[in-house]
Amino acid sequence: MSLVELDGVHKRFGNLEVLSDVNLSVEEGEIVAIIGRSGSGKSTMLRCINGLEPVQQGRITVDGTEVTTAKADLNDLRQRVGMVFQSYNLFPHLSVERNVTLALKVVRKTPLAEARDIARETIAKVGLADKLNAYPDELSGGQQQRVAIARSLAMGPKVMLFDEITSALDPELVGEVLRVLEALAADGMTMLLVTHEMKFAKTVGNRVVFMHHGRVHEAGDARETLEQPRTPELTSFLNAVLH
Amino acid sequence: MNYSFRFSSLLAYRDEIIEGLLLTLQLSAATILIGLVIGVVIAALRTGGPGPLRSIATVYVETIRNTPLLVQLFIIFFGLPSLGLRFTANEAALIGLSINLGAYSAEIIRAGIESVRKSQIEAGHALGLNGYQVFRHVVLFQALKAIYPALTSQFILLMLMTSIVSTIGANELFHQASFIDSRTFRSFEVYTAITLIYLGLTLLFRGVFAAIYWCVFVRRPAR
Amino acid sequence: MIREFGFDDVLFLLLAARWTILLTLAAMAIGGAVALVVAILRIVPFRPANWLAIGYINLVQGTPILGQLFIFFFGFSVFGWNVGAWTAAVTTFSIYASAYLAEIWRGGLQSVPKTQWESSAALGLNYLQRLRYVIIPQAVRINIPPTVGFLVQLVKNTSLASVIGFVELSRAGQMLNNATFAPMAVYLTVAAIYFVICFSLSRASQRLEGRIHVAR
Ligand SMILES: Nc1ncnc2c1ncn2[C@@H]1O[C@H](COP(=O)(O)OP(=O)(O)O)[C@@H](O)[C@H]1O
Ligand SMILES: [Mg+2]
Repeated sequence: MSLVELDGVHKRFGNLEVLSDVNLSVEEGEIVAIIGRSGSGKSTMLRCINGLEPVQQGRITVDGTEVTTAKADLNDLRQRVGMVFQSYNLFPHLSVERNVTLALKVVRKTPLAEARDIARETIAKVGLADKLNAYPDELSGGQQQRVAIARSLAMGPKVMLFDEITSALDPELVGEVLRVLEALAADGMTMLLVTHEMKFAKTVGNRVVFMHHGRVHEAGDARETLEQPRTPELTSFLNAVLH
Repeated sequence: MNYSFRFSSLLAYRDEIIEGLLLTLQLSAATILIGLVIGVVIAALRTGGPGPLRSIATVYVETIRNTPLLVQLFIIFFGLPSLGLRFTANEAALIGLSINLGAYSAEIIRAGIESVRKSQIEAGHALGLNGYQVFRHVVLFQALKAIYPALTSQFILLMLMTSIVSTIGANELFHQASFIDSRTFRSFEVYTAITLIYLGLTLLFRGVFAAIYWCVFVRRPAR
Repeated sequence: MIREFGFDDVLFLLLAARWTILLTLAAMAIGGAVALVVAILRIVPFRPANWLAIGYINLVQGTPILGQLFIFFFGFSVFGWNVGAWTAAVTTFSIYASAYLAEIWRGGLQSVPKTQWESSAALGLNYLQRLRYVIIPQAVRINIPPTVGFLVQLVKNTSLASVIGFVELSRAGQMLNNATFAPMAVYLTVAAIYFVICFSLSRASQRLEGRIHVAR
């Protein structure tokens, strides 16, 4: 069984159908880049995968756990699914280290000393060992986003979801965040990432999924799909983002 | 518990209750009118008045807002006669409540004026409106709309606070309660019933204020 | 036995002000605990709990304190408990404080951005953990100035406890007035003591408000 599976998923907000019949399966170690116009349902798809949004129809399973049943233990599932948001969403009242240790201590009941070891290790991994005691508002956007990645990573997730995590950053800060993603990819982390960085999607992604009007309109090998799109919609989308 | 509730014994006093209710409504309405006028004047003085008047306005607002209405009423009703100023209980009640509401509404109105002034006046001038036109068409309407919820909450609070003037013997609704209590010895029932009547008044006031809001600010397009 | 209003009387009033402060603190402690529960019931994603909290807040805020005071004063004895004015006053003002604080604190809780709920949910924190570790700590900072501001209202309203015979500052003033027949001196002194307490609190609230906006 695949690590992440979406099977005939429909998602509506009121009368607005945001996802219609989405099917997708992601194997362990795979890196899937999700692209598409604004409003095509990319964020919603990610949010359904860790149960932040309920779906009206279809099945989603992650790591053998069905997300889309009423009795799903979402809090347990979310420990195995990391998610990083466009707007970082660090906890402003906690230092960098405590941002990272919070879920370990509270959710996983990890002893404090051990939680701090894990935090220091993951924070070093994103290159911020010197910022352990800083507060979020003392960090640049790029640094905050790297802390947000460390915060998810510390829980040892099986899969990471990234929602346009470089879109809110100044251009010169995008690189430092993408390098962290590359390192994660090299470690074999399974990732679904919504991105507008086509070059990054092509070089690091294994697969590309193009969302259009709430459907998976085109999908395939990353390089092949981006270089030779088969549908006119993807062609015009790529022309728009690549000028 | 071997107490038997007898709310029915209150029915004999419905004339007193209605009389008190009417006075509470009159007192509330008169206080709102006078208090609002005081509030506008004081707010104007505090935002744009000459130095000394501005200081006096500030002292007034701070003094009233940082002392209890009860003590203000005692000073007016028991204290002032020693200076030769005598009022009936109802007069003292109206004076005390109006002075009190004036201070609170002044602060609300001032906040409203300041909230609009910063963002909108320049835009009004940029469109070629003169000072008065800016005030009339830009500041006034928006400021009123912005402060309406806070102001009307204050009015409801005022209506509830009119009960306090019973302590100096003004014969509004709450005073009638103690009268009926002294006749029936049904204290618990009397005060429960009267308190629920105030709840009804609160709901009535809310309804009226919501209706006014709808007519003035929602139905009529903002000009 | 009429006598002059003098320094001893000022001292008497200052001592009586202790009871004003004690009543305020008791109401704040008990009311604060209840308010936390009501504020949370007000925001949890469970409609009946929201309605319960809204009903409670509206009931308390829609009735006069004086009425509540008498209901508890006489109500306790109806149920066979003969409690004094202190218990009735603490009960009334705790309930009063709980409704107003719940409403203030709800505003603070709701002003924490939705993304904070989401990002803590995404880490696997359950609802209460999100509240406890992420939302409430951020709301506390926002809530401190209006809470101190509310204390001013509470201090002033405790004067109403005098009506059921509880001897705090206002009641002490009435007693002195009966003994000295110097209403102006007595009530101006009483007002001055209230003013010192309330004005300090108002200023503290304003200063905290200013600090909240610059600090983290
Ligand atoms: N909470 C919501 N309520 C109503 N509509 C929503 C909500 N969230 C997203 N939508 C709508 O769903 C559609 C897809 O949104 P989204 O998944 O954010 O798109 P993308 O991430 O691809 O830009 C949009 O039309 C958006 O307006
Ligand atoms: Mg999006």
